[in-house]
Amino acid sequence: MRYLPLTATDRQDMLSVIGATSIDDLFIDVPAEARLAEKIAGLPDHASELAVERHMGRLAAKNLSAGAAPFFLGAGAYKHHVPASVDHLIQRGEFLTAYTPYQPEIAQGTLQVLFEFQTQVARLLGCDVANASMYDGSTACWEAIGMARRITKRGKALLSSGLHPHYVSVANTMAKFTGDALVHEAPTLDAATDIDALIGAIDKDTSCVVVQYPDILGRIADLTPLADAAHAAGALLVAVVTEPVALGAIKAPGAMGADIVVGEGQSIGVGLQFGGPYLGLFACKQKYVRQMPGRLCGETLDAAGKRGFVLTLSTREQHIRREKATSNICTNSGLCALAFSIHMTLLGEAGLRELAMLNHGLAVQAADRLAQVPGVKLVNDSFFNEFTLVLAKDARDVVRNLADKGILGGVSLGRLFPDATAIGNGLVVAVTETVTAEDIEILAKALEEELA
Amino acid sequence: MTMLKEGRPTAPVPVKEAHMAPQTATGNRALMLEEALIFEIGSTATTGVDFAPAPQVASRLGTLARTDSIGLPGLSEQETVRHYTRLSRQNYAIDLGLFPLGSCTMKHNPRLNEKVARMPGFGDIHPLQPQSTVQGALAVIDELAHWLITLTGMHAVAMSPKAGAHGELCGLLAIRSALEARGDARSVVLVPESAHGTNPATAAFCGYKVEDIPATPEGRVDLAALKARLGPDVAAVMITNPNTCGLFEREMKTISDAVHAAGAFVYCDGANFNAIVGRVRPGDLGVDAMHINLHKTFSTPHGGGGPGSGPVVLSQALAPFAPLPFVEKQGDQFVLIEEETAGDHHAGTFGRMVAFHGQMGMFTRALTYILSHGADGLRQVAEDAVLNANYILRSLDDVLDAPFGFSGPCMHEALFSDKGLAEGFTTLDIAKGLIDEGFHPMTMYFPLVVHGAMLVEPTETESKAALDQFIMALRSLAQRAKAGDEALKGAPYHAPRRRLDETLAARKPVLTWSELDLAQAAE
Repeated sequence: MRYLPLTATDRQDMLSVIGATSIDDLFIDVPAEARLAEKIAGLPDHASELAVERHMGRLAAKNLSAGAAPFFLGAGAYKHHVPASVDHLIQRGEFLTAYTPYQPEIAQGTLQVLFEFQTQVARLLGCDVANASMYDGSTACWEAIGMARRITKRGKALLSSGLHPHYVSVANTMAKFTGDALVHEAPTLDAATDIDALIGAIDKDTSCVVVQYPDILGRIADLTPLADAAHAAGALLVAVVTEPVALGAIKAPGAMGADIVVGEGQSIGVGLQFGGPYLGLFACKQKYVRQMPGRLCGETLDAAGKRGFVLTLSTREQHIRREKATSNICTNSGLCALAFSIHMTLLGEAGLRELAMLNHGLAVQAADRLAQVPGVKLVNDSFFNEFTLVLAKDARDVVRNLADKGILGGVSLGRLFPDATAIGNGLVVAVTETVTAEDIEILAKALEEELA
Repeated sequence: MTMLKEGRPTAPVPVKEAHMAPQTATGNRALMLEEALIFEIGSTATTGVDFAPAPQVASRLGTLARTDSIGLPGLSEQETVRHYTRLSRQNYAIDLGLFPLGSCTMKHNPRLNEKVARMPGFGDIHPLQPQSTVQGALAVIDELAHWLITLTGMHAVAMSPKAGAHGELCGLLAIRSALEARGDARSVVLVPESAHGTNPATAAFCGYKVEDIPATPEGRVDLAALKARLGPDVAAVMITNPNTCGLFEREMKTISDAVHAAGAFVYCDGANFNAIVGRVRPGDLGVDAMHINLHKTFSTPHGGGGPGSGPVVLSQALAPFAPLPFVEKQGDQFVLIEEETAGDHHAGTFGRMVAFHGQMGMFTRALTYILSHGADGLRQVAEDAVLNANYILRSLDDVLDAPFGFSGPCMHEALFSDKGLAEGFTTLDIAKGLIDEGFHPMTMYFPLVVHGAMLVEPTETESKAALDQFIMALRSLAQRAKAGDEALKGAPYHAPRRRLDETLAARKPVLTWSELDLAQAAE
């Protein structure tokens, strides 16, 4: 077998050194009734590289890949062009096959990347500090709610109706067990966000207000009044960013007063991959750093006085604090953080701004074109690269019919909010730099046919 | 003009005396290259990406256009490639050599897995595409689920947890849901002293009080103490098997039976499944829930600390409470059961744990790995992993204290302690010495039940020659530490950095780069 180097002679020689006669001797601690005498039945035996590649290739071919269709899906995962050098570099074995940098003298590569990543994320989100990553945006969002509870010692979180419904679901799951009270309603198809309603709902029990920016319908609102209202009541503002490319065009949540900013970093450097692995971004104000979950990398000196980097403030973490840790997280999303950081370095500020304005320009063109289709109404006044249309019929059917024509036309609100029948005609459309003028025209024509 | 008569020297001049290598002007040492931070070498005006011009449109950004400087430096493509290539060379990795980090299962990462994960049909599909367009992806999840269920002898599997600790959370939430469903509020989770820190952290997160179970002198769960503590307040017992001392819990079935008799559930930390895959099915030992670290047993790359993937296999009693979403086969179609359809199919679910469907990129890699090995190969994996660990244990137990070596064979990892080292010499010194010898150190100071623990997990993908070289190096270091060789305390000497000051890092945390710090440093 190609991955197993021991020969039969090696095995025999090694058993002799050990003082065992057969491999079974090494499994004597397994209770006899649980010892399997033979390989497990009903499963195939080992296969050649060619055979496995062929099998997996057949399964892959059954999927319609985003690059093979006019593609307009977003709602928390975005198709962006990833430069070729990003994937080349993350496949360097020294990055790909390294572990968590617990031995910093021989992990400076990973550690310096994490330090640079933390700085990039903090600056992008407009915060003082960022950690070395979480699993994804949804789990980072929940961790932020927990962190706000620890800081304020209050247990009621107000979730904006514009927060991604899957993020809400994750928070609801966790809150059932932690006892947090979560307040949330489904969105309405209005041009304005629910910021005013949230401001009105803040009270002395509120630990935090969680608001997505841009929100699930693509709307953008100034968070400053919400931050002020939260702070006046002793609560925190948690902002959630699922499309970080937007922050090349619009103000950072941290700059508008958000105390904790979390996000999904997939959009920069990490492919769609059917939902994972993705990259949780987590940043906050300096004064809250010791309540943060997850790994942190910090600068220090070595015994010879040279600058170096180590994992630090680990007294927050499970391997030191055990049941008193700020989170149970251990493994994070290191390789995705590397991809994000490389892509961001390639872009630089100038490239990021250019990419953001390209997205916005194409999205404006698409929104204006699609709004001309009879039976289509644009919800948004403001948006970055994603907006919501109201169709003359249930968007779920439309999306499925478009897919049958080889067009991936958007995400229906019916799929995202199955219980909110009032918004079932809503369709969320994302337009990135990968969308062409021709794609927009194809979608417009297809919608015309669907809604005729 | 004079001609050089002797030409270019073709053989080195013999070095007559040892002397210190002189400092270089750059700080570089030939192939060992120092690399500044992107903030020091890049500029906000530089970019390594070209775009088509943006359409000229009236902005819809409202009043929120970002006008401040963000402070993100860019590099050209070549500078970027060079920056990260240079940094990569400051890392140790499995691709460079043996990486015996106990409990982490650092095995070879086959490159076919990378190739498959990047097929456009897997790498370039959106999690919310209509299900008719992702039948192949759902088939991968279903096929991998079938393997995991069959290999573990369990009833069902929750695929969405993102890593091992997230899987623990999934298992404990299922347990708590099952207890609540029968109106049985329980408050305590028992965890052995030797457990991974994630176990107590997870239990506490789920609202449970955590109590330790002591270990026997043989490094196993103290069955009598456990039985004595079981009662109507105990919700679950979390056990790692094989445990973190590298030993199989011989009494596992008895433990499970006792736990079940007390109305509680058995959570098994499956971090060490590599030792028993194909030889033992945890379902036969009475386990109710176990996470499987795909990044350990099934070789998805560790990537410098993630991403991982932690599917959780479940017993019949816990399966009804599994999280959303999951894949179901209906006729010849695969269906993703989400909130929209859960009511009819899966009413007991405790809900959603992640935004989408789990670590698809890890599923494709793990399935590729599993199909490459097959049922016969996976059994061989466990056998060779255990053989390699025992070979290390018995090749070194004359120079290093093996606290449980007397009790019989180990499983996939060999545990040593710092007993017998010269006064003032520690596990840390041996670990740092290994760095100079060209190896990644073993896990150190874990498990906590052994003083100065050194936990060595070679994995099955190491050859005998590689093991022999590692044994030779560790033997030499053990002898130096016992002899009190002071030079060892300065190790490593040959790594990109000498020992780093972690106290300084924690006392004055510098977590992001800033121009201010640079200015202060220059003063």
